[in-house]
Amino acid sequence: MFTRVEQTLAEGSGHPCGTPVTVVVVAYFDAASTEPLHPAAREALLGALDAGWADPQRLYGSSRRARLQLDRARARIAAVLGARPDETSFTASGTQAVHLGVLGTLHARRRTGRHLVVSAVEHSSVLHAAGLHERDGGKVTTVGVDRAGRVDPEEFAAALRPDTALACLQSANHEVGTLQPVAEVAEVCRAARIPLLVDAAQSAGRAAIPGGWSLLTASAHKWGGPPGVGVLVIRKNTRWRSPLPEDERERRRVPGFENVPGAVAAAAALEAYQAEMDRDGPRLSALVDLIRERVPRLLDDVEVIGDPVHRLPHLVTFSCLYVEGEALLTELDRLGFEVSSGSSCTADTLRPSHVLEAMGVITHGNVRVSLPRGTRAADVDRFLAVLPGAVTRLRESAGVTS
Amino acid sequence: MGLKRRRAGREASTKAPLEAPPVSTGPAPLLTIDALGRKCPIPIIMLAERIGEVPVGQVIAVQADDVAARTDVPAWCRMKSQDFVWEETLPCGWSFHIRRTY
Repeated sequence: MFTRVEQTLAEGSGHPCGTPVTVVVVAYFDAASTEPLHPAAREALLGALDAGWADPQRLYGSSRRARLQLDRARARIAAVLGARPDETSFTASGTQAVHLGVLGTLHARRRTGRHLVVSAVEHSSVLHAAGLHERDGGKVTTVGVDRAGRVDPEEFAAALRPDTALACLQSANHEVGTLQPVAEVAEVCRAARIPLLVDAAQSAGRAAIPGGWSLLTASAHKWGGPPGVGVLVIRKNTRWRSPLPEDERERRRVPGFENVPGAVAAAAALEAYQAEMDRDGPRLSALVDLIRERVPRLLDDVEVIGDPVHRLPHLVTFSCLYVEGEALLTELDRLGFEVSSGSSCTADTLRPSHVLEAMGVITHGNVRVSLPRGTRAADVDRFLAVLPGAVTRLRESAGVTS
Repeated sequence: MGLKRRRAGREASTKAPLEAPPVSTGPAPLLTIDALGRKCPIPIIMLAERIGEVPVGQVIAVQADDVAARTDVPAWCRMKSQDFVWEETLPCGWSFHIRRTY
């Protein structure tokens, strides 16, 4: 269902019979950016747009119905994430959840200290919040990763200090799929009495999230929910204070009018998605294994990146030497494959991905394939069939002979 | 602008994937490739093409100002089993020194 067929009929031909027809079957392989809307989310969204439009903070019937829908959605999402409903807030995005989680914890724990620990491969929302904290006079320690993109729990523990107000570690990396040792890091943070924020945007709904965190963030569009819905969970007894002007919404945690239809759709999507991933996850993981195994056999001078075992089920990244990432993406798009890249030429900053830099792996010619639910094996086979030709053509056009 | 400053600050505290440039300069390169102003992967392509011009055991240098080269040159050396010697800071970029191993 995520295969789009584009037909181009020869121009000026009134009759398609006998005229040249170009058929490009498009396969979407960029689930790590966003998952196509789940049918359960669409249905829930349409229903809630009609039934959950009222202001959930008022006292009349329509309002009570909207509030009930919002709280039900909250309880359903909390249950999947392993949280209590009263710990769970809806935000406008995963990024906003991270910003509020990081800055609100630092704000509340100023007297403990102004030191923040993050991994080098966090999502930009974490790193940008850390940058703001640094510009505001705070201190930031960035913990490096190994060649697979994984944090060493001992090194992470060594970065913790008596004045550390917060530590942040993603559940899994968004660019290379490597799972982080969240349980181990949570344990050392607990022993040091330092709250740990886990950015679970890439794994929520796809893989179990280890416990032990103090704050958890996620984003609904990554699990087939609608855009504009993030989740911020703040555990009981975690000190947190909004870094933003006061607002009474979402228990004073998130400002602005609640997106009730979005929250309802996000909850429906998460439940459906998680149930499907229990079945479909292993199948997608096998397709990823196929790509991981075949790509180095099909092509010279290519490196598959990220942990081969401790990884997200649906994501694989590789770098092809001597090829420009943007050119490869454009060529794959022309051939009907929508993928992403961490190469600098594909970023508006013209810098290579900070994740690839931190891992010390080739940053050019980078391709990230992330399979949405229901990806057909035939589309992966077709991808593997066209990839070598695409890379070889680009290498030849760049004058690479070997 | 703020973004640039943040990145600079973060880099300073990040555990570098490659060890900090050694103070020792090592042997002078036998051949220096000028890839200044060229974007990756061009500096890497030039390096791969021309490393054969120095004898095994000798050093070749590639000058580049695309920041991606700081990651890509050592990573290329690792992939191709060449010996990355050190990274020299130039006024407008870097010079990467590589010893040919085969």
